[in-house]
Amino acid sequence: MNALYLRRRITNALAMTMSMLATLVGLAFLAWILWETLRQGISALDLKLFTKITAYGEDGGLLNSMVGSLVINFIGIGIATPIGVLAGTWLAEYANRTKLGESIRFLNDILLSAPSIVMGLFVYTIIVLPSTALTHGNTTFSGFAGGVALALIALPVIVRTTDEMLRLVPSTLREAALSLGVPQWKLTVQILIRAARSGIITGVLLALARISGETAPLLFTAFGNNYMAINPMEKMSSLPQIIYQYANDPGESMHALAWAGAFVITMFVLLLSLASRLILSRTKVSHD
Amino acid sequence: MTTAITTDILEQRSRRDARHERLFRWLLKACALLVLASLLGAAAATLWGGRDAFATFGWHFLVSSEWDPGNEVYGALVPVYGTLATSFIALLIAVPVSFGIAVYLSEVAPTWLRTPVASAIELLAGIPSIIYGMWGLFIFAPFFAEHVKPWLTNNLGNQPDDGQLSWVAEHVPFVGKLFGSSYPFGASILVAGIVLAIMIIPFISSVMREVFQTVPTRLKESAYALGSSTWEVSWDIVLPYTRSAVIGGIFLGLGRALGETMAVTFVLGNAMQLSASLLDPGTSIASTIANQFSEAAGLQKSALMALAFLLFVVTFIVLLIARLMLRRLASKEGR
Amino acid sequence: MTDPALAARPLPVASPKFTVRDLHFHYGDFHALKGIDMDIPEKQVTAIIGPSGCGKSTLLRIFNRIYAIYPKLRATGSILLDGENILDPRYSMNRLRSKIGMVFQKPVPFPMTIFENVAYGIRHHEKLSRSDMEGRVEQALRSSALWGEVKDKLKQNALGLSGGQQQRLCIARAIALKPEVLLLDEPTSALDPIATGRIEQLVEELKSEFTIVIVTHNMQQAARVSDLTAFMYLGELIEFDKTEKIFTKPDKKQTEDYITGRFG
Repeated sequence: MNALYLRRRITNALAMTMSMLATLVGLAFLAWILWETLRQGISALDLKLFTKITAYGEDGGLLNSMVGSLVINFIGIGIATPIGVLAGTWLAEYANRTKLGESIRFLNDILLSAPSIVMGLFVYTIIVLPSTALTHGNTTFSGFAGGVALALIALPVIVRTTDEMLRLVPSTLREAALSLGVPQWKLTVQILIRAARSGIITGVLLALARISGETAPLLFTAFGNNYMAINPMEKMSSLPQIIYQYANDPGESMHALAWAGAFVITMFVLLLSLASRLILSRTKVSHD
Repeated sequence: MTTAITTDILEQRSRRDARHERLFRWLLKACALLVLASLLGAAAATLWGGRDAFATFGWHFLVSSEWDPGNEVYGALVPVYGTLATSFIALLIAVPVSFGIAVYLSEVAPTWLRTPVASAIELLAGIPSIIYGMWGLFIFAPFFAEHVKPWLTNNLGNQPDDGQLSWVAEHVPFVGKLFGSSYPFGASILVAGIVLAIMIIPFISSVMREVFQTVPTRLKESAYALGSSTWEVSWDIVLPYTRSAVIGGIFLGLGRALGETMAVTFVLGNAMQLSASLLDPGTSIASTIANQFSEAAGLQKSALMALAFLLFVVTFIVLLIARLMLRRLASKEGR
Repeated sequence: MTDPALAARPLPVASPKFTVRDLHFHYGDFHALKGIDMDIPEKQVTAIIGPSGCGKSTLLRIFNRIYAIYPKLRATGSILLDGENILDPRYSMNRLRSKIGMVFQKPVPFPMTIFENVAYGIRHHEKLSRSDMEGRVEQALRSSALWGEVKDKLKQNALGLSGGQQQRLCIARAIALKPEVLLLDEPTSALDPIATGRIEQLVEELKSEFTIVIVTHNMQQAARVSDLTAFMYLGELIEFDKTEKIFTKPDKKQTEDYITGRFG
């Protein structure tokens, strides 16, 4: 009896230690990755990053890549936000518990983790290839195509959060508006989306954080460009793409530039996720 | 007289409202159908792009390990093996670690510590995969080559530096081959698997933690009341109760691992070769596409599209299973 | 009075606003209302009481067909509003809802300013000039006894008001449309006694203008504010009479048991 008790206690102590160790391992890797990104990134920080373009190679900066990232992300979010919010609204308000609605919700969840490189190839097929054919064989990679590829990745994130946030809005709000004779579409646009506004904004920020680090879908859509491009119909550089290129370059000084780019992206993503957390925590307080 | 007019206005307004309502519904539904379209479109585009490769090689495409752009012969076996092997290693590491984290955060840790630690782990999920790739390439792979790999080759592998086979390499089947390598660098199937594991740990652990919290407190309390230890409650009560969702969370992580491009491409070594050793470089579907697509033409491009189609179908199935498993718990909760 | 069928028959009312006949209601397979007949008089307060699940809220929600937003719900029979059957699908929702206002259990202000909360519904039914709109909002807020408290913060978010103020805002929102009927669904169940007292006082004042139907689980409240009281049990209307009579000498044993607290 005592032996059994002892064995159980030892098993428990061992298991608890292992679980704590697992958590420490997870945190240690987080710290390691962040620390290296900070250390290498900060030591590579230089004013020329923000003033010179990549055409100068190791003497250059990342200006065109940063501008390109901004343009491409802007296009991506600009396309995905209206479509995603409307689609999420349809799922929550019009198709809740219908077969088609349930299936789209389900498939959207799958799309959420679908391989992004395949999305890049999809956009390559539907935008880059046809425009190449139109321009008689000049391969026409473009910032716009990159933006569409990112939009496809942001879309399921925005659909999901909009859907979830709207379903959190109490049904009494719907009843109250309908009892005033307000039609459902007005109620949806003017009251429900407004009530779920901060949650929806959080979703958009999360989607932005997600796409701003995406590299794979940009390789065959926006491609890259060593010169400054603002016109979205041109080839366009982006931070992830230039990091990928420079990190694979044998030159040490190129690696430093890659680390600087990595540092900028990581800071941007961390700030976004912090901002979305803040907005979300503020909403919780004001809604109860 | 006045009432007749008001009724008329009301009638008009009702008709107008109904028209707007139909238009609005139509717009919303069209947007939702776009979600469907992007899924079907991605599958169709890659299948269409890969049609030449499928037509030329048939089912040989799946089993051939040859990838020879010079002779226009392409087989998917090497990248498929690399994808499966790295993902499998990632799961092997990530599942127990995630389970430990989830148990720690839902049963063991003091309450004040839970939220900050959980947020920190979730932060790991937000880091872009290219950062994992860079860290893997510049920091972890050299570290691994210097400190971990020599130990593995000498104590487990069949090609030790001093030529003296260890007891394990001699007596345990396969292990010697798995860890035998004469390749001097860190980038390998094993390192890619480890980097992938770090990437998917936050996904799996946060799903696990979330579902562990759905276990009714009375269930846990009655077990504690019988004198069960924390470990016994976790293993005998919490895990069985949430089994399907835990499996769902694992499949979700697997789906991520299979489709990941950047984190893997940097640390896989990009060698189109089939090797039994985990310490040798290899390639995966996603990294083959990332490396070759821009310069490919003709049949090679088609073969890459065909690879993408395979990847999409496999991840779709894995994620489908994941979502179905996760949904089972959600419906249990609803009841 | 010995014939049990007698009491279930609708009370003869001189000028009925609503005439309910043989009303049945189904939630999927569940038969929630089983043949209700009742006449609700104009410009009086009618209270509906009964234990939870008796169908009192359901009945109220049929009067403005708010149930129609949920699938699988079905009402049969007839409800005449000024002689027209509102259950007839041809009866326009716009018309119905401009005639009938509703206030819910929990205060549900819209996520906008106090002014906009009241103006929102009006805007959908009428096009008013700015000054007319301001007049209408003020009038509604005065009628709901809220004007004095909010006149200086009309531009503030309505979510900043207290629970009782929010509920009076919801009443203002409903009466701003100048409805003929006001449906109150347990309007004080989420409020403290002081706020409850103010709402009850308000109901008293509003009945000169509106026909009011109030559902309440609080019998003292029904006794205080209503002229007529209906007692429902398990989806049936057990007794409907002058409030005084229901609370002093009801005809039915079940009614007496309920109001004396012998079951609930």
